[in-house]
Amino acid sequence: MLNRPFKSVAIICLLWSVSGAGFGAIDAYEFSDPQTQERYRILVDELRCPQCLNTNLAGSDSMIAKDLRREIHRLVQAGTSDAEVRQFMYERYGDFILYRPRVNKNTLLLWFGPLLLLALGLWLLHRFIFSKSKESGVDLSVEDQHRLHELLDDTENR
Amino acid sequence: MSKPSLFVPLGVFALLAMLLAAGFGLDDPHHLPSALIGKPMPEFELVDVLNPDRVIRKEDLLGHVSLINVWATWCPNCVVEHPQFLEISRQGSIRVIGVNYHDDIEKAQQWLQKYENPYWVSVADTEGTLGIDLGVYGAPETFVMDAKGYIRYRHVGPVTRNVWLDTLLPVVDAVKREQVEQTAARG
Repeated sequence: MLNRPFKSVAIICLLWSVSGAGFGAIDAYEFSDPQTQERYRILVDELRCPQCLNTNLAGSDSMIAKDLRREIHRLVQAGTSDAEVRQFMYERYGDFILYRPRVNKNTLLLWFGPLLLLALGLWLLHRFIFSKSKESGVDLSVEDQHRLHELLDDTENR
Repeated sequence: MSKPSLFVPLGVFALLAMLLAAGFGLDDPHHLPSALIGKPMPEFELVDVLNPDRVIRKEDLLGHVSLINVWATWCPNCVVEHPQFLEISRQGSIRVIGVNYHDDIEKAQQWLQKYENPYWVSVADTEGTLGIDLGVYGAPETFVMDAKGYIRYRHVGPVTRNVWLDTLLPVVDAVKREQVEQTAARG
């Protein structure tokens, strides 16, 4: 059985997650068919509100987000393709509006930086392991090897 | 441990320090780089705030280097920058065009009466459609447009005296000089 405070927190979290689903619907736009509506939903979900730094168009109540939702509704209703809608927004608001920025010279580091870090990490790991195995292969003189074997035999026989 | 690997933590620290320095050194993240610099002013067809029977188009604004100022009655910073636009307009060296963004025409008319009108013309962008085409996401914003109708600069936030003297005026002067040179080269 869950204790009381935990339960109330869990309920609040649950309600919170449910309320998020209603965000896109506040404008109550009408669509000619369900596919268009789905395209609209995906577009307002994946485009970023220019004013609010880290909210998508669907989640923002700012004036510009409302305007852009209206514009996207107009565009999808007019049969504009998803790529064209993204291009429309990109021409006006630049890389910022795309949550998945395009690959260009400004975003190269963003796209390939993690790969670079992974490569660097693998290289360091490789070096680390390699240097470890080298260290274990310490040169021993014939006498020392002999002593080592004696010691090991000694312990094993016990 | 071999000796070079002793420097790995130092290297990681240096990298992290550089990354953070670059990150914190960036401009205010609220100031998005404009996608419109060097591109033509978008086409529009909107009514004159002070004379709603008159339709203004992009073509009506060409032929002069202009400041395009996005303003609204609901925007407190527009009142802050207003005296500077009055002064610019009185000096008469450049046209100031107003884009009355997301506003009520009557309120806008009252505002212009109350504070005095610095604009050569103000167009009523009631739905914010010209705003979207300009990549505007708030007010005030100010663009420098050259005589051929190309956007040359964008400033987000109020145009204070310092912004005008240090940022916008040099751009305006450069654009004007360039156009004089072009005319001379043609003549």
